[in-house]
Amino acid sequence: MNKNHRVPSNRSLSAVEVKSKFGAEFRRFSLDRSKPGRFDEFYGLLQHVHRIPNVELLVGYADVHGDLLPINNDDNYHKAISTASPLLRLFLQRKEEADYTFGTNSLTRKKNTVLSAVLLRPDPNRKKPPVIISLPRDFRPVSSIIDVDILPETHRRVRLYKHGQEKPLGFYIRDGSSVRVTPQGLEKVPGIFISRMVPGGLAESTGLLAVNDEVLEVNGIEVAGKSLDQVTDMMIANSHNLIITVKPANQRNNVVRSGGGGGGAASGSSGRSSDSGASYYGYSSHGGVGAPASMPSHIIQNFPVGELESDEDDEDLVIEAGGEAEPIRRASSNYSMPSLLRYEPHLNLRVAATSTSTSTLSINANGTLPASGSSGSLSNAISTTPSLDRAIERRSLEEDGTVITL
Amino acid sequence: MKRFRRHGQESQRDRLKQELFQFNKTVEHGFPHQPSALGYSPSLQLLAIGTRSGAIKLYGAPGVEFMGLHDENAAVTQVHFLPCQVELVTLLDDNSLHMWTLRAHKGLSELLEIGRFTLTGPPGAPPSVTRVTAVLAHSSGELLLLGTEGGHVFVVEVPGFRELEERNISLDQVASSVPDDYIGRRNLEHVEALQENPVNPNQVVIGYGRGLMVIWDLERQCAVQHIPATQQLESVWWTEDGGYILSSHSDGSYCQWMVSGEDEDEEKSDIPYGHFPCKAISKIVQLPTEEGPPFLLFSGGMPRASYGDRHCITVIHSKTHVALDFTSRIIDFFTIRDGPQHTGDPSALVVLVEEELVVIDLQTEGWPVIQTPYLVPLHSSAITCSHHVSAIPLKLWERVIAAGELQNTHYSKKPWPITGGQNLAPDPPQRDLLLTGHEDGTVRFWDASGVCLYPMYKLSTAGVFHTDADPNDNMNQGTEGEWPPFRKVGCFDPYSDDPRLGVQKIHLCKYSGYLTIAGTAGQILVLELNDEAAEQTVEAKVVDLLQGQEGFRWKGHTRLDVREEPVLFPPGFQPFALVQCQPPAVVTALTLHSEWKLVAFGTSHGFGLYDYQQKNNVLIKCTLNPTDQLAMEGPLSRVKSIKKSLRQSFRRIRRSRVSLRKHHVHNAAKLQEANARLEAELAEMELAPVQRKIEARSSDDSFTGLVRTIYFADTFLSDSSHSTPSLWAGTNGGCVFAYMLRLPPVEHRAEEPVTAQPAKEIQLMHRAPVVGIVVLDGHGAPLPEPLEVAHDLARSPDMQGSHHLLVISEEQFKVFTLPKVSAKMKLKLTAVDGSRVRRVGVAWFGSNRSEDYGESGLVVLTNQGDVHVVSLPTVKMQVHYPCVRREDVSGIASCVFTKHGQGFYLISPSEFERFSLSTRCVVEPRCLVEVPLHPGSSNKHRPQPDGASSAHRNARQGSEDAEVLQEIQKSLEGDQTSFLENNVKSAVA
Repeated sequence: MNKNHRVPSNRSLSAVEVKSKFGAEFRRFSLDRSKPGRFDEFYGLLQHVHRIPNVELLVGYADVHGDLLPINNDDNYHKAISTASPLLRLFLQRKEEADYTFGTNSLTRKKNTVLSAVLLRPDPNRKKPPVIISLPRDFRPVSSIIDVDILPETHRRVRLYKHGQEKPLGFYIRDGSSVRVTPQGLEKVPGIFISRMVPGGLAESTGLLAVNDEVLEVNGIEVAGKSLDQVTDMMIANSHNLIITVKPANQRNNVVRSGGGGGGAASGSSGRSSDSGASYYGYSSHGGVGAPASMPSHIIQNFPVGELESDEDDEDLVIEAGGEAEPIRRASSNYSMPSLLRYEPHLNLRVAATSTSTSTLSINANGTLPASGSSGSLSNAISTTPSLDRAIERRSLEEDGTVITL
Repeated sequence: MKRFRRHGQESQRDRLKQELFQFNKTVEHGFPHQPSALGYSPSLQLLAIGTRSGAIKLYGAPGVEFMGLHDENAAVTQVHFLPCQVELVTLLDDNSLHMWTLRAHKGLSELLEIGRFTLTGPPGAPPSVTRVTAVLAHSSGELLLLGTEGGHVFVVEVPGFRELEERNISLDQVASSVPDDYIGRRNLEHVEALQENPVNPNQVVIGYGRGLMVIWDLERQCAVQHIPATQQLESVWWTEDGGYILSSHSDGSYCQWMVSGEDEDEEKSDIPYGHFPCKAISKIVQLPTEEGPPFLLFSGGMPRASYGDRHCITVIHSKTHVALDFTSRIIDFFTIRDGPQHTGDPSALVVLVEEELVVIDLQTEGWPVIQTPYLVPLHSSAITCSHHVSAIPLKLWERVIAAGELQNTHYSKKPWPITGGQNLAPDPPQRDLLLTGHEDGTVRFWDASGVCLYPMYKLSTAGVFHTDADPNDNMNQGTEGEWPPFRKVGCFDPYSDDPRLGVQKIHLCKYSGYLTIAGTAGQILVLELNDEAAEQTVEAKVVDLLQGQEGFRWKGHTRLDVREEPVLFPPGFQPFALVQCQPPAVVTALTLHSEWKLVAFGTSHGFGLYDYQQKNNVLIKCTLNPTDQLAMEGPLSRVKSIKKSLRQSFRRIRRSRVSLRKHHVHNAAKLQEANARLEAELAEMELAPVQRKIEARSSDDSFTGLVRTIYFADTFLSDSSHSTPSLWAGTNGGCVFAYMLRLPPVEHRAEEPVTAQPAKEIQLMHRAPVVGIVVLDGHGAPLPEPLEVAHDLARSPDMQGSHHLLVISEEQFKVFTLPKVSAKMKLKLTAVDGSRVRRVGVAWFGSNRSEDYGESGLVVLTNQGDVHVVSLPTVKMQVHYPCVRREDVSGIASCVFTKHGQGFYLISPSEFERFSLSTRCVVEPRCLVEVPLHPGSSNKHRPQPDGASSAHRNARQGSEDAEVLQEIQKSLEGDQTSFLENNVKSAVA
């Protein structure tokens, strides 16, 4: 998939001409096509040439079809460089502004305005509804069918992404009995079934689960022999990245596999993962926890690897208050008034809060976050962790009652 | 290659695990739940209790105990020892008879079931013909007489259970000789009682339900005398000289009949509590004394209208007449007699009531109660929490004992009268204390070092408060001249004055003697051990945990009113400080640091830190989620109502069971009926579809602010070069708060304030409740307890290496680095097997191979009832064993771990099961009961059914004796196999 950048086109020149637009200003410079470097270096370069060191940017480019596509990681950066012929036209915008310009109709109207981050297939005659591409990070992967190649045809392994969702998972399970084929003949065994779907919930919206589907596994662990409460607790413990293997009650809609091929042919993914050049999506080996290690690598997913591994829910939020910056005795005279104490932590947290994310991958997963670029803004922060803003963002998110970490 | 090496390491580790861990349920402490039968062997000096769940428990000298369980899940209705033997027979509710024996094996006795038997009647006979209602273990030790509902008496040879049909006494045989003028001759009813003539083993008296008693000669197979009582018969007693028979009846009367060999009609009846209708006298016993009048003891017989609900045993001796008034239903009683043959004066009365065992000293003036060394009712008020402290210093131990002895002045000084068997268990290696908190605000201190859970001291916190209790409601108000002359005995008193007094959390510092106790209404008491009585006022320091949060109104109970006047506290633990949380919600976490003189506590609203030296609050932190209104409801009202209705239906059933008289016939039917009703009720409850919502936890959930655990540590909180005192609190919402504490230097400790500075806050991503926090030192060992190092009882922690923070949530174990908190290791539990951590403790496991090797580990009990050991500091699962039934929620909730790999949990409201995960620390009964030395009862004349010589009980036996003993043992074991064969034969036939 990433073939293009590895084997540069014969026609291409060794240097790529870059024309970068930020607001009303243009900058021109050139890059070595054969040695494009990394995305974060490129990002730093852009900030440098535009003299906007502390501005968070969204980087887009016009591809050969004239579509505006995002650049936010090494892969799509390389793709952009390798396909530029000869000019690479870049469109920069402030991240916070861009966030609000994404929207289907208003953006399609602005088809020709370069700031829109949408792509309209250049075939207006077909009157096809516009295909809208947001930045990958703006997608909310909702669900996917995985491991199609290794599961029996009657089973379906569904992954629900709860991460950062406000939507409830929205389903209920119950006890029941199912019929198994054993050497002794048919046998009734207890089983766990989906009993109810909450309208508008995540589970319902995926269309991959249905009432009376039998639950066989939760994150790779068989539920046979476990009580309803145990299975409930397992599901809740894995709720941020829940992988359920079900035997759908209605087998008609199940994936039908073509005879010879085997692996990976059918993808029930709800995301429209047509190859738009951003090699963000792709095959990757499974990094999940629960799944057995023997699982083959042909897992279809539409979610970055980094994000995948961040399901190792290591990202407990740690808030350090005070620290060396504050004298220990500072408030000692006030302590006879205990009521003063209570608000102090929060005040401290707001001002000097900093987050220690234990998972470096989770930072990458965000894609647009530069490693070194924004650290300058933390001049007054004590810690050297690069994601102060994120921490504050999370904090405020938490205050709003939503899930803190992505 | 790599795999091979790993494999080698694994197996080495496995071997080590075997040396460190081993799971055993070792002994049950407390009083058996729902006892249903009592038996006693004077020759063995053993007492046996059967229960409704089919358990049989034997007790002798303290430490001598055995337990057996019938395979059938049926109640034990009768227990009879075979005279002068180590066998006993049990009769179950399902009409089966079981033979048990105490077999010596490797120098220790074991209780084994060696045979079972069910009477088979003639073909086509109704089941009542063989339904056993009375059992007599004949003094020959070879015969068992079984009276049945049909009125027949079957004779069975034991211990092989061989029916001797030719010796059966059929109802027809008896009825034919009944005098014609006897009113009830048409229907004699079932056999109510069987008694042997103490001076003539060939004579037995058969008492029929209708009232008729027949003295039968077993040799000649004929009736000797008919005793035509006209009232419904309850029990029969043959006096020791063989001259008289006493019968007790359902109208509250008893009669004395002369054994003359001739029928006589004269009925000498006495209704002791007469005039108005009385309840039945269910058992009567008369025992002679060497000089002076005999003792007469009977149970029941109370005037129906005024005292029909009392559970009484009347003891009459000479001019002394006392109606012992028990707090629960009487199951059975027996007396212990003096002398080597146990034929002398009665020395003690042993009464089994439904909730306790009471032993009364009949030889000391005033008949005081003898303190029981075992079978103590743990639930005399319901247990609400427990706390275990290992390795108590001798000093504290002695002071607690001294305080306890002052409370026990009303007990008899006599030694425990049941002395059978030898306790061969080694002396416990250390002194362990188990503290139980009760619903009535008391804390009981138990010696948990050995097999007997012995009460040491009882502390009441109720005195600090004004309670709803009526001071005039004195249980012991025995007014002069009251009739019947009641005397309250026993300590089972399940009625709490005020539920708010209930003790929820306990923490004892074993080095300083400081104790803190927290209760249901947000009260936290700090107590100090004082050897003198002291009069003092305890002032409450109110702590507002809401900290002015708007929009909350507490809907639960109010706080307790503190007595403002000085209160006199007896020697022992005396309260000197009181913190009152506001809102007065249940205290959910509590700890005390005696070195820093600080107490930390938490409720569903927040946590606080209290300086008990300066008596002021250092820190108050509200953890309440602003959207959480449920936390203000007080105890969950909805849950309570379900519980309440369940409890009511159980009560109803129990009442209906209790009101039944002891006839198994009716009992069984009604019991079944009651069970069916209960089942129907339960089924009804389950009709609601059982489904579970799958939803990620959010910060909006209720009770996220509830503080689950609180912990003090001297560790590196802010920088890695200086350790500071710190306070840690974990909430239900998966949040950990850390505070840095600054303590003034010791010389200024009394004046300068202690301060607490917020240092860290950790929000666990998975948001599961935090149930434990432990700091591990540089070696990965848990930090020692306060003062432990100062007392040279622990290695001082490694403060050089880096410390680690272990956070235990219900779902996973996670190790973080310190001072910069970043995750290092973790072990997931719930995500992998669906179980959740319910109880957790840190324990040290010693190897049974090498004396000096040991490891620290986490002991965990899950909601599935499994115990796990998790290694430290690597958090790896080591072993797991099923321990408690997963349905037994209260059992799981009651579990408490010791520091050496043992644990306790409640198997019923009144019993702790003790278990051990350690190979080195195992406390289990090891005891030997020897066979009486004359098993062949060839001697024709025996003064008393159980009057065996018991010279064998002399501990110092000659080697010859031992040899004889072995011989007997062998022959006995040989015989037993043949008994079993007999069983098989009879089963085939």
